[in-house]
Amino acid sequence: MFQFIFRRLSLVIPTFIGITLLTFTLIHMIPGDPIEVMAGERGVSPERHAELSAQLGLDKPLYEQYFHYVVGIAQGDLGQSLVTREPVMNEFLTLFPATVELAICAAIFAILVGLPAGIFAAVKRGTVLDHSVMTLSLTGYSMPIFWWALLLMLVFSVTLGWTPVSGRIDVVYWIDNTTGFMLIDSWLSGEEGAFKSAVSHLILPSIVLGTIPMAVIARMTRSSMLEVLSEDYIRTARAKGIAPWRVIVIHALRNALIPVITVIGLQVGTLLSGAILTETVFAWPGIGKWLIESISRRDYPVVQGGILIVATIIIVVNLLVDIAYGVVNPRIRHNR
Amino acid sequence: MKKGLAALPFAVMAAAAISTSAQAASTLVYCSEGSPEGFNPSLYYSGTTFDASSKPIFNRLMEFKLGTTQVEPGLAKSVDVSDDGLEYTFHLRQGVKFQATKDFKPTRDFNADDVLFSFNRQRLDSNPYHKVGGGSYGYFNDMGMGSLIKDIVKVDDYTVKFVLNHPEAPFVANLAMDFASIFSKQQADQYLKAGTPEKLDQEPVGTGPFQKVQYQKDSLIRYVAFKDYWKGRAKIDRLVFSITPDASVRYAKLKAGECDVMPYPNPADLAQMKADPNINLMSQEGLNVGYLAFNVEKKPFGDVKVRQALNYATDKQAIIDSVFQGAGKVAKNPIPPTMWSYNSAITDYPYDPAKAKQLLAEAGYADGFETTIWAMPVQRPYNPNARRMAEIMQEDWAKVGVKANIVTYEWGEYLKRAKSGEPDTILIGWTGDNGDPDNFLYVLTSCDSVGGSNYAQWCNKAYDDLLVKAKRSSDIDERSDYYKQAQVIFHDQAPWIPVANSVVYEPIRKEVKGYKIDPLGGHYFYNVSK
Repeated sequence: MFQFIFRRLSLVIPTFIGITLLTFTLIHMIPGDPIEVMAGERGVSPERHAELSAQLGLDKPLYEQYFHYVVGIAQGDLGQSLVTREPVMNEFLTLFPATVELAICAAIFAILVGLPAGIFAAVKRGTVLDHSVMTLSLTGYSMPIFWWALLLMLVFSVTLGWTPVSGRIDVVYWIDNTTGFMLIDSWLSGEEGAFKSAVSHLILPSIVLGTIPMAVIARMTRSSMLEVLSEDYIRTARAKGIAPWRVIVIHALRNALIPVITVIGLQVGTLLSGAILTETVFAWPGIGKWLIESISRRDYPVVQGGILIVATIIIVVNLLVDIAYGVVNPRIRHNR
Repeated sequence: MKKGLAALPFAVMAAAAISTSAQAASTLVYCSEGSPEGFNPSLYYSGTTFDASSKPIFNRLMEFKLGTTQVEPGLAKSVDVSDDGLEYTFHLRQGVKFQATKDFKPTRDFNADDVLFSFNRQRLDSNPYHKVGGGSYGYFNDMGMGSLIKDIVKVDDYTVKFVLNHPEAPFVANLAMDFASIFSKQQADQYLKAGTPEKLDQEPVGTGPFQKVQYQKDSLIRYVAFKDYWKGRAKIDRLVFSITPDASVRYAKLKAGECDVMPYPNPADLAQMKADPNINLMSQEGLNVGYLAFNVEKKPFGDVKVRQALNYATDKQAIIDSVFQGAGKVAKNPIPPTMWSYNSAITDYPYDPAKAKQLLAEAGYADGFETTIWAMPVQRPYNPNARRMAEIMQEDWAKVGVKANIVTYEWGEYLKRAKSGEPDTILIGWTGDNGDPDNFLYVLTSCDSVGGSNYAQWCNKAYDDLLVKAKRSSDIDERSDYYKQAQVIFHDQAPWIPVANSVVYEPIRKEVKGYKIDPLGGHYFYNVSK
């Protein structure tokens, strides 16, 4: 097991170097000059342009800028935003809890709905229920997120008035940013109704962000369950007269979960980086929106730093998923 | 079971559905379009930053009268101008308080030291704050303040004299702009002493109507009314900027009562907003112009007949109808009609393809020619859809034999190439900064701005002389005459096709009272009540 983890870890370093090189190259390959973008149609004189370039370190040759960037990372310094002049790490830490909070709630939604849906579809294979679940999950998977978000908003927020339109909490609550997680902060504040307001603000964004992972999980669970249910040991278990729910939950599901866990792990990447549209529509102050804005402003340090951190998280999550296999299925652990 | 499964998401939603209309009566929520870049308006260019900093927190020596482009005294009670136009003496208001924060409590009122500090920081290398926050004072430099101001003298605690290098009539209007906001020198000194000068740009205090109490990036900004505000406390107690980048979502929030005022609606939503009984759709002609500039350095646009021909060949009304969907008006001059000195006597080139063909033939292009139209990749108030505008022009020009290809680049790249004179013709525009015609005409069409924002690269001696004379005179009637004459030359020489002046729309909730649209594009909430 440890050898396995060590082997996995040793792959991480070249992956990191690859990521820094790739983000640096790609963002610099996009035409556009951060100084011109900042000045807009007002323009900036060549002298001031030169002065600002020197100040921001943009006048140096690219390889030197890259070197500077990598040395910074090694020292734990991701640089400063060209626009706000704030350290990238500070901005990231302010915004990241919002993304994590939303991702966790979306994941919970996706698992709570996707997993049972997949199991029922497999158990009731070929029935109307199965077909409906599969049709719905295919629809969910192909849903244009932006449209889906606006539709839900229009129905539940504007027409029915059940949920708030956007934001993290009603503006009447003045919540201190203690942990950055609104559910926790609003709970800690002790203000009446604050926690409820935070929950209500999470509902629509979680559903929207969780829709695609939910569909993926439902489909994966179904096919994995179908495979396991046709195994001999399941037939044996049934023949022994074990209660049907026990066969499904204890005997079949545990084995069927392995590929599902992989899929859930892979969805973490989608949840973290794919939150861009959801965050924009629901005015959710997370890192997705931050990265997109930085790309259009050509804020190089933010784009490079932000992507690097997100990539790191995805690598770590994938590693944890690999380890989780071993926990769920002892065969894998022993084989390694 | 089937039923339970299908109903799950809806059950979750219904269980936690909560009314969101429980807002305190004196809180005003403004759904702003983005996060400010910071809270020091002299370091940045964007209106979003000004709305969040200079408008609520600060005052300036001179201010724009709300809802107009007229300049009126702000922190200065009055101003005396010397006969040679080189010395401006400001008499400051007394008894003006600065706001306080957790770690800064002012012990004195606003005085001349604050004025000197606020300008010297931007002006002098030797000022200890000059390099703080990147040290790039874009507007201050763009308005030529660095080379214009020779010296700033403190005459006494409540009198400050600005000495200029040359007479410059728009100077007073410049002092009403956001970059000229007055900071507290006492706060600056305290932070410098503590070794944390950068805090001045994050947690500044001003003398303005609202005090910032909380900022969560990309989420919200909270302000409370400053109780000692020198004009009297604001009518609302709390002001919240709820940061909502998408215009459709801002509209949804407005409908649901989650915000009271929203900027920049989608043109497509305007009809629905007008019909909504809960919404008051306010509108005002914007202080802007969207235009197409001919690069006179490039063939065949050096020939005035070609430029005039294409003015005749373009159906501007069709553009207004299609691109602006009614939220705009046909422009005929380089300055908008709401600005003083606008020459309404000028007759615009009518849409007349036959006349265009005739002029092209006279210029030796009876068979037309091939050229390019550059279309901006971004939306601007003066041009909500440059691509579409370019396509309409392309069709119009094709009818007179001119084949135009549409070119576009990423925004930064577009501006850079445009300034270097690369385009044949280019769609671009301008929004006024200070309500002075000089801010349009000199910036966009003077010989000095060739290679800068004079995208037509057009330099006409007679015209330029008029602009310079107007700049140097402090008599407004005389200046107005010069500008009117200049507009006649501009019309005849036709370095542009002025296309549109947009109409600015701002929907507000019916219960909001006293809100006025600022022609300069800012958002003020001091006079608003709910």
